[in-house]
Amino acid sequence: MNYSTSEMMTVAAARRLKNGAVCFVGIGLPSKAANLARLTSSPDVVLIYESGPIGAKPDVLPLSIGDGELAETADTVVSTSEIFRYWLQGGRVDVGFLGAAQVDRFGNINTTVVGDYHHPKVRLPGAGGAPEIAGSAKEVLIILKQSPRTFVNKLDFLTSVGHGEGGDARKRLGLPGAGPVGIITDLCIMEPEAGTHEFVVTTLHPGVTREQVIAATGWDVRFADTVANSDAPSEYELNALRDLEARTAAAHGQTPGEA
Amino acid sequence: MAAILSLHEAVTQFVNDGDTVALEGFTHLIPTAAGHELIRQKKKDLTLVRMTPDLIYDQLIGAGCAKRLIFSWGGNPGVGSLHRLRDAVERQWPQPLEIEEHSHADLANAYVAGASGLPFAVLRAYAGSDLPKVNPLIKSVTCPFTGEVLAAVPAVRPDVTVIHAQKADRKGNVLLWGILGVQKEAALAAKRCIVTVEEIVDDLKAPMNACVLPTWALSAVCLVPGGAHPSYAHGYYERDNRFYQAWDAIARDREGFTAWIDEYIHGTRDFGEFKSKLAHVAETNK
Repeated sequence: MNYSTSEMMTVAAARRLKNGAVCFVGIGLPSKAANLARLTSSPDVVLIYESGPIGAKPDVLPLSIGDGELAETADTVVSTSEIFRYWLQGGRVDVGFLGAAQVDRFGNINTTVVGDYHHPKVRLPGAGGAPEIAGSAKEVLIILKQSPRTFVNKLDFLTSVGHGEGGDARKRLGLPGAGPVGIITDLCIMEPEAGTHEFVVTTLHPGVTREQVIAATGWDVRFADTVANSDAPSEYELNALRDLEARTAAAHGQTPGEA
Repeated sequence: MAAILSLHEAVTQFVNDGDTVALEGFTHLIPTAAGHELIRQKKKDLTLVRMTPDLIYDQLIGAGCAKRLIFSWGGNPGVGSLHRLRDAVERQWPQPLEIEEHSHADLANAYVAGASGLPFAVLRAYAGSDLPKVNPLIKSVTCPFTGEVLAAVPAVRPDVTVIHAQKADRKGNVLLWGILGVQKEAALAAKRCIVTVEEIVDDLKAPMNACVLPTWALSAVCLVPGGAHPSYAHGYYERDNRFYQAWDAIARDREGFTAWIDEYIHGTRDFGEFKSKLAHVAETNK
């Protein structure tokens, strides 16, 4: 089956979620990938959304972080303060699944501003739940499309910490979680190198060249000694993803792929 | 005891210029009608608190009601930017807007501290983040037992909190369900609290452990059916996703926005009239 690079990204991200993992899900791409995982390889993944649903099993993707569908399909719905206090800070989240506007080589995330904070070129939505998800989840996955604008040499603002300036930065900061363990893009998968914690390319998606990745990265991106190749999305994965998108589009009155 | 009032009366009586006002509702039960009434009554110099400023704060900011915004995520969910918020931050229109920026966990904890009568909240947060560099109110405290350094943030104590709920009884006890966000905490953190509701009934028939705000903890209850539109009220109506999309175009430029506020907010007497007008225009455009 033919597939798009966006579909490859979502499928590759979904494959990273282990069955039974407790996953704190950001809206947008993370939510799509986490639900694809639930509908394919990891039916028992537990999805937590910051608005309060725990164990949400939405039939269509939520357009906002607090859609009624999430509450109706959840095992329980608690307050937002409880989500952050008992469930995230309490250490019960295995995987934080985040998007980003900008990411750097150590998996630090900017969702606050482009340009100077006090005189921004572009004011982005801001932190939301990400700083504490990035800090307290046992591990973090980041999903975003790769381009020199998003994969930057230096963040304009560090909203949510990844591996700081690298090395043992997280330990020195006293952060409980292991931090980002994967950045999944439409071109490749990057993982932190042992010791430096700099993200290096460990897997290329089918048909993607190293030159493409280099051109789409704002820092001098490095490749692991052995670079694997992603399996192309299977028919089963693609059908599950496309059905989910079609149901979502019908429910929200959108064109497929927009959600 | 909460007084059962019209929304107009409640806002006149309980919201003053210069107040710190929290309109809470996490995607669900957003008190849109109350936001409109603040604009209609031309409240000014408000400090607005809200974890997720979305359309209602875009409207309040663009209409010139706000001098300061305390928030943790500002966007049009599922659509994109808030153009009026961005215009205020990036180009000081219609007036400068001070922003005080936090994370969700921080503000949620700050509401809990406010409701608990504590001066500050403590949480494990912000290590490695730039946010404390741009918000001097984010400080740290050392645990006296373990020595761990934790984030300390001031409690949120609004002069007025406004929330929307499904039901009240005739005494003004309020029942809400579904996604509750921080509404209960925000209501109890505030000096005064106004609740708009979908309906007023004889008996709430609230299940044990349901989220009920007792009348004696509230200032006013106002019957405003549909008052959360374009957000949703679980069990009553769905989220109007098309309005969120339409808002992007309405708010994109100053003239279009001002014309919309003049026609739809200043040009209507109350939320009922606003709804009729929206419905009429939708019918005409079919």
